[in-house]
Amino acid sequence: MNAAVHALAETTALPVLRAEGLAKAYGPITVLKDVTLDIRPGEVHAIIGENGAGKSTLMRLLSGHARPTAGHLEMDGTRVDFADSVQAEAAGVVLVHQEILLAPDLTVAQNLFLGRELTRGLMVDDRAMNRRTAEVLARVGANAHPADIVSDMPLAQQQLIQIARALLDDRKVVILDEPTAMLANEEVEALIGVVDTLRSQGVAVLYISHRLEEVEQLADRVTVLRDGEMIGTWPASELDQRQMAELMVGRELSMLYPPKRGLSSAAPLLVVKDLSVDHGKVEASFEVRPGEVLGIGGMIGAGRTELIEGLMGLRPSHAGSIQVNGTTIARPSVEAMMHAGLVYLTEDRKGKGLLLRERLAPNLTLQALDSVSPGIMLDRAGETRALREAVEEYDIRVRALTLEAGQLSGGNQQKLLLAKVMMTDPSVVIIDEPTRGIDIGNKSEIYKFIDALVQAGKACVVISSELPELVGLADRVLVMRGGRFVAELTGEEITEQKVVYAAASSRDRTGGRAIA
Amino acid sequence: MSSTADITAAPEKRRQGIRWGELAPFIALAVIVILGALINSNFLSANNLLNVVTRSAFIAIIAVGATFVIASGGLDLSVGSMMAFVTGIMIMSMNAMVPALGNWAILAGAGVALVVGSLCGLLNGVIVTVGKIEPFIVTLGTMGIFRAFITFLSDGGSIPIDRSLREAYRPVYFGDFLGIPYPVLMTIVVIAVGSFLLYRTKYGRRVTAAGSSDDVARFSGVHVGRVRTMAFVIQGFCVAVAAICYVPRLGAATPTTGQLWELQVITAVVIGGTLLRGGKGRILGSVAGALILEVIANVMVLSDMVSEYLVAAVQGAIIIIAMLAHRFTNAR
Repeated sequence: MNAAVHALAETTALPVLRAEGLAKAYGPITVLKDVTLDIRPGEVHAIIGENGAGKSTLMRLLSGHARPTAGHLEMDGTRVDFADSVQAEAAGVVLVHQEILLAPDLTVAQNLFLGRELTRGLMVDDRAMNRRTAEVLARVGANAHPADIVSDMPLAQQQLIQIARALLDDRKVVILDEPTAMLANEEVEALIGVVDTLRSQGVAVLYISHRLEEVEQLADRVTVLRDGEMIGTWPASELDQRQMAELMVGRELSMLYPPKRGLSSAAPLLVVKDLSVDHGKVEASFEVRPGEVLGIGGMIGAGRTELIEGLMGLRPSHAGSIQVNGTTIARPSVEAMMHAGLVYLTEDRKGKGLLLRERLAPNLTLQALDSVSPGIMLDRAGETRALREAVEEYDIRVRALTLEAGQLSGGNQQKLLLAKVMMTDPSVVIIDEPTRGIDIGNKSEIYKFIDALVQAGKACVVISSELPELVGLADRVLVMRGGRFVAELTGEEITEQKVVYAAASSRDRTGGRAIA
Repeated sequence: MSSTADITAAPEKRRQGIRWGELAPFIALAVIVILGALINSNFLSANNLLNVVTRSAFIAIIAVGATFVIASGGLDLSVGSMMAFVTGIMIMSMNAMVPALGNWAILAGAGVALVVGSLCGLLNGVIVTVGKIEPFIVTLGTMGIFRAFITFLSDGGSIPIDRSLREAYRPVYFGDFLGIPYPVLMTIVVIAVGSFLLYRTKYGRRVTAAGSSDDVARFSGVHVGRVRTMAFVIQGFCVAVAAICYVPRLGAATPTTGQLWELQVITAVVIGGTLLRGGKGRILGSVAGALILEVIANVMVLSDMVSEYLVAAVQGAIIIIAMLAHRFTNAR
């Protein structure tokens, strides 16, 4: 970080982009009201808030993806009105979306110049495009070649390519929407480096993130939104993570994580011996006991999700032996596991967890359909009853029971998904990224739920890339690297440093040593 | 925390939109009927209307089966050829059984048709789900295979039904019960059974789940392959039912029997409001779609304004218009 640039940004610089009384309403529902904000060149300005606080709406207004219902924007002191994102980009404001929006089968250069290809006469000028792509890639520190095919690259690289595309033309304001949501810690560091570079080049960076530690590390100023209202803007140096969280939530945070339960010595509920997934890419043995939360840590791509999907028979796998609740599982499948008392909550809520275009009741009962409707006919009344109970028990906030699953917020979708797998009355629950992309209020509810589950003598396995979550929840942590468990941590040993060290160190030397 | 309650403006509006989508095929049908009445007074005669409805029965029955396939995320291009193939096998087995069974050969032949149709569907389904090949490609292949089989079996000509059976079999197409032709009754039965299966049973729920998202269904323990294969079998069974009603109409199977029916069937399903990408099935809509196609053809024949050679062009235009209308109502 450059202190001189900081001082400059805070005192003398005029805002490059200014929002004055910005508001947005859809019909009678106001999602953002009266936001006044200025963004200065050479600053990293973080926008934080819970899901539904209005962050995305604000970003869309600033970048021309949506038009305000009240208020206006100014650039360099002149009033502007972006009709669409193309106009905003022409003016130097660009939004980098959270999701990867690249054509997977095209090269990096083809993606960067998609829709604005350089030509010589009638021909596409690949050489010029590759040259300029290489320049931009160097600028964002991406270790890629212009002719690489995007689908061959890891997610983090693709994220950098997206940023590179946004920087192809000179920009005054770059808006990054949750740029690190999909990245592992190592990759986050690289991205932070890019943001630092942009700042030193005098670009204003608007940074939206759920990860408060990044905000603390990176931001010059922080603006907090809550329920569509602007709570205020502070110099980042005046806030610590806890204060940020409290401003977002609007109340003092009680303990986010429930107290730990200590190690269990009861007979294990789940015993997995010599499970091999994807033809040996992932190999592991492990046990889970009643009354414990087992955390599985590791970098993205370490094979954690693959391990569990293999265990559930969702990927090619074979095992020495698998026992659930004393039942030996010969051929693993979601159905067999469910009957034995084990369920898996996917990390991919939208793609693999819920039918977004279906209503809530069919979603809730899809997995436990045989117990909700024992005959061949559907028991519609029973489904509605089950939904009422689930909404009550899991505190799913819905205005109507007839909504479609896709109309719920991320947190409520996660609770619905939880309710769905719990309908089968399992004794072991495996949750992959239990709180990805959901806000703090819902997070703490899910943590409480996990605690209640294991207090009741069941067992829970949590896969998480969020280190505080892993450390805060788990009684025991297994760390995976390169498809093998490389460390087991218990009690006081469970710290972020130890997990990171095990997940990242000596990757090249040993290739990992299986434990357990 | 009120922030977690969902603040989306869309739901009420969208729900209304879906209802429009459900009603659209019936409104379109009503409009076309009114137009027909205005163009030619003979159109509304009981005789003409019964004729039109009876003729639409084949496409309607097959379209009910296609609704299952499409709702489950599949597609079956082979129904027209399969229809010809099943018809050919049925007639040949009826003829072969005449000496032994007399008129009972009709019933036995119908049984053979149902079995053969279901097996054809099973073949499609197994190749799609076990072989993990796009249903478009698989059924494009079997479409060619079934068509070649009927051409081979008929030696390029026709396979006529035995003269002795004609009189007994004739009423299945031309007869009626309380004034309602048998093919129409048959369609109503197929609709009733199909609706029960799709909307009231767990199987139906799993069909829409599999079509809505393969992954979500798999991760929820649904046997997606079995569900899809069964949908193809239902399709084959419906084709056989249509074949049973169809044979007495012309009394023979030829290499052109059922030609291009797959297009009419898919058109009927799509303009009936079932999405090609799967996840939703509208059985009554598909039947309305089949009626729309037949009524339009009838109106064009009765009016002198447009040549009847352009019937297929108008039907083709309708599927495009229906899709545009669908996009328009959804975009709002």
